[in-house]
Amino acid sequence: MDKITRRKFLETSAKGVALASIPFVFQFDPLAAFAAPNGEGMDLNAYFEHFGVNEGIIKEVMSAALSRGGDYCDLFFQHNISSYIGLEDKVVNRAYTSVDFGVGIRVLKGDQTGFSFTEEISPKAMKLAAKTAANIAADTATKPPHTFSLQKPADFYPISTPWETVKIDRKIPYLESLNEKVYAKDTDIVKTRVSFSDDTTYMLFINSDGMISYDYQPMSELSASCTVEKDGQRESGSYDLCGRYSIEYFSPENLDLIAEEAYQKTMILFQSVKPEAGEMPVILAAGSSGILLHEAIGHGMEADFNRKEESIFADKIDKKVAESFVSIVDDGTNPGMRGSINIDDEGNQSEKTFLVRDGILRSYMHDKISAQHYKVKPTGSGRRQSFRYPPLPRMRNTYMLPGPHTKDEIIASVKKGLYADTFTNGQVYIGPGDFSFYVKTGYLIEDGKITKPVKDINIIGNGPDVLSKITMVGNDLEFAKGGWTCGKGGQSVPVSMGLPTVKVSSITVGGVNS
Amino acid sequence: MNNKEKLELAHWVVKEARTAGADDVKVDISNSRDISVRFNNSKLEELNESTQNSLSLNIYANNRYTGHTTNDLRKESLSAFITKAVNMTKYLSEDEHRKLPNPKYYEGRKDIDLHLVDDKYEGVQSEQRVELAKQLEDSGRNGDSRILSCTGEYGDSYSESVKVYSNGFEGSRRRTTFYVFTEVAMDDGNGGRPQAYDYHVSGHFSKLKNPKDISAKAIENCLAKIGQKKIASGRYDMIVENNRASRILGVLGGPMSGRALQQRTSFLEGKIGTKIASELLTVTDDPFIIEGLGSRLFDEEGIAAKRRVLIEKGVLKEYNIDTYYASKLGVEPTSGSVANVVLDYGNRDRAEMIKSIKKGIWVTDFLGGNSNSTTGDFSFGIVGQYIEDGKIVHPVNEMNLSGNIGEVLNQLVEIGNDPYLNSSWRLPSLRFEGLEFSGV
Repeated sequence: MDKITRRKFLETSAKGVALASIPFVFQFDPLAAFAAPNGEGMDLNAYFEHFGVNEGIIKEVMSAALSRGGDYCDLFFQHNISSYIGLEDKVVNRAYTSVDFGVGIRVLKGDQTGFSFTEEISPKAMKLAAKTAANIAADTATKPPHTFSLQKPADFYPISTPWETVKIDRKIPYLESLNEKVYAKDTDIVKTRVSFSDDTTYMLFINSDGMISYDYQPMSELSASCTVEKDGQRESGSYDLCGRYSIEYFSPENLDLIAEEAYQKTMILFQSVKPEAGEMPVILAAGSSGILLHEAIGHGMEADFNRKEESIFADKIDKKVAESFVSIVDDGTNPGMRGSINIDDEGNQSEKTFLVRDGILRSYMHDKISAQHYKVKPTGSGRRQSFRYPPLPRMRNTYMLPGPHTKDEIIASVKKGLYADTFTNGQVYIGPGDFSFYVKTGYLIEDGKITKPVKDINIIGNGPDVLSKITMVGNDLEFAKGGWTCGKGGQSVPVSMGLPTVKVSSITVGGVNS
Repeated sequence: MNNKEKLELAHWVVKEARTAGADDVKVDISNSRDISVRFNNSKLEELNESTQNSLSLNIYANNRYTGHTTNDLRKESLSAFITKAVNMTKYLSEDEHRKLPNPKYYEGRKDIDLHLVDDKYEGVQSEQRVELAKQLEDSGRNGDSRILSCTGEYGDSYSESVKVYSNGFEGSRRRTTFYVFTEVAMDDGNGGRPQAYDYHVSGHFSKLKNPKDISAKAIENCLAKIGQKKIASGRYDMIVENNRASRILGVLGGPMSGRALQQRTSFLEGKIGTKIASELLTVTDDPFIIEGLGSRLFDEEGIAAKRRVLIEKGVLKEYNIDTYYASKLGVEPTSGSVANVVLDYGNRDRAEMIKSIKKGIWVTDFLGGNSNSTTGDFSFGIVGQYIEDGKIVHPVNEMNLSGNIGEVLNQLVEIGNDPYLNSSWRLPSLRFEGLEFSGV
């Protein structure tokens, strides 16, 4: 997805010692006291212990952060544990683990940001980082809050088995089984590759408004790819399932699905032809075609680009941008989905934000700075790659709501065009709104029927133009099931997307010229 | 922690891991200090300053292999980290190919100063950083009345790293990097908001380009986009701008890798010694360029760097194969990556080359797209200028360039004399004949 990176020329438990417990006084949200424990069953005290901090230390660090008159500060504690296991040449022969731990300290003066982080969560190191971030302001000191109140996190991705309790010997059979399932498809398979990765994040967020929140964020992905050789021709394809799920998600049925899709996506390439180059109607299959929304409208609706007058959508709020049956949302609340978040990385509640409702452009995606600028409520879209970065407005799961048409009537309406169904990546220029995405596999449509497969072609268009050319929307919304990652300003975050079958009346397709 | 202390720690980690049961161990320890200052629309927008550490540990035990990274470098934490890493390795399957490089490849490491560190780094003051970012933004914002938004950013980085392997390799590196960057968005008077940037990166503070020149180039790039439109699909000649030519030659990166070759996902399998491109094309990996952005004395695996000819007069001479895949393929390792990419340059610059184009597109940027390493097929979105009879007619956008890299490299008809030195891919402008573009 990779939006143009602003800094493309620069390049990606060791937890703190828990201090002796000190009794804390909190103004608890009354609901929180009765809240079901999250995936890890940890409460706020457990998070404090996990990061080796307490209210007193936090106030000291905040005092340092506000020592030069900043009008706001926040502390973002993060502990990330990840693992990757790989199978190649029929054996599980590589495994990688990573531990990352630290705190990001941000100070705001109006819409100006001072930022620093430290990987050492000692009061001394945190105060030093806080003083560095404090330099965005040059005034007399502001006071830290007296009390803190917990904002109860939601629970959009409860998991039954925390990944940290799943040891490598329990994961290895999944790779072996999946590998066997792929090889069993065809004797012409010459190579397969399988990988299994999981990632767990503990985060604790505290700001100078006195708000505290925390989250436990699991992620997992199982992927297979294969290379098939037939009559001197060779093709490779892959498939993966990904989300904020525990190991139970990777059932025998889901392993069958990965094997089947990886194999089918490879076989289809053998019969592929190149489409004719040029403008034509394009039907986007339900599912990961949601990449269209991510590039054509999503990035342009991130409020930072609009606040700076850089986006093509900067003057289009409340204007009609699409047919009345087009509604597009960015949603952080879909159970288990890769882009879902209980809270954003600024402690705000996640939500379902309507970007377009019944054809009318409704709301940008906001982080704290942009919500302050536009004087609106934050939309829970402030996200960051890790404690090493300040937050930016970002997408979560971006999808279009179902429309009035059926898939069959949409396909039947096209005389000559393209049906696109799997994708690898996309990119957008925010200002002009020009975007493109890469079609890994699709089909030609001839006389209202799906005919020959096509592969490896790029599609390019302009965001507002393409939105206005969405002439049919199916009633068959599907979500992407794979692991998508969005890049912006040098930061990567996990996202997902979805789409019903959609017809764009005309868009430029790469191909050959007759 | 300085490099001497890092080396001591790395040797301690090697010893601990061996005590815990590892046969061989690879340790990398690095740290960096990164500072950036960004101005947007006449205000200081963001100050960013931090230091980070990383330790990476590779364990080889009974023909089994795992890799681990952490950013907690305290010895008390590392002890548990190492034990866990070694224990985990036992669960993997045996893989006889997973081993440290043969020490003979460490030999012959050159002892030259590549001038990758600016001794004046410590002397750069916060005020200077802020002033540079301010100048970048000021000169950009005031450079044209149509500008809607301007961002100016200055940044620098100081990084150090060491490598210690249990079979005798020891190496350390230091590098400073400085950059200046301007991005502008404009009102094109027609509802469009073209956006463009320019930047310069250097290993030496005093060699950074003037902020005014960076902003002027960003504005020039942006103005060049006003009035973009797509043209008819068809075959056109193409000149690709020097700073974007890596997108075309980069298609070879995947297929030339040891992994793609061994995993049968490379269309270049078995092509050593055969002609894969126009005979104008000679590609060399030169690690020894003084102040080069990719320069190095040894690669990621510790293999002593050497100058390597990858393609000579269109003939494929060498792949990029690391120790693991070399063992699997039964060949000698070359290097798993390239340092600086240089070509045998031609005689004319881009402006001269444009004059030779009868009907073509000067590609100034790519938008998205991808390639297939198994077949060599690629398809990219493009932005550029339409050229007729040697003259620029109007800017183009919303078009795709598609082809097969094996064929396209044979349609290469001229190599420029204007290499782009702001990257480790020091490519000149390239001219091709008859490529497939899709538009209207």
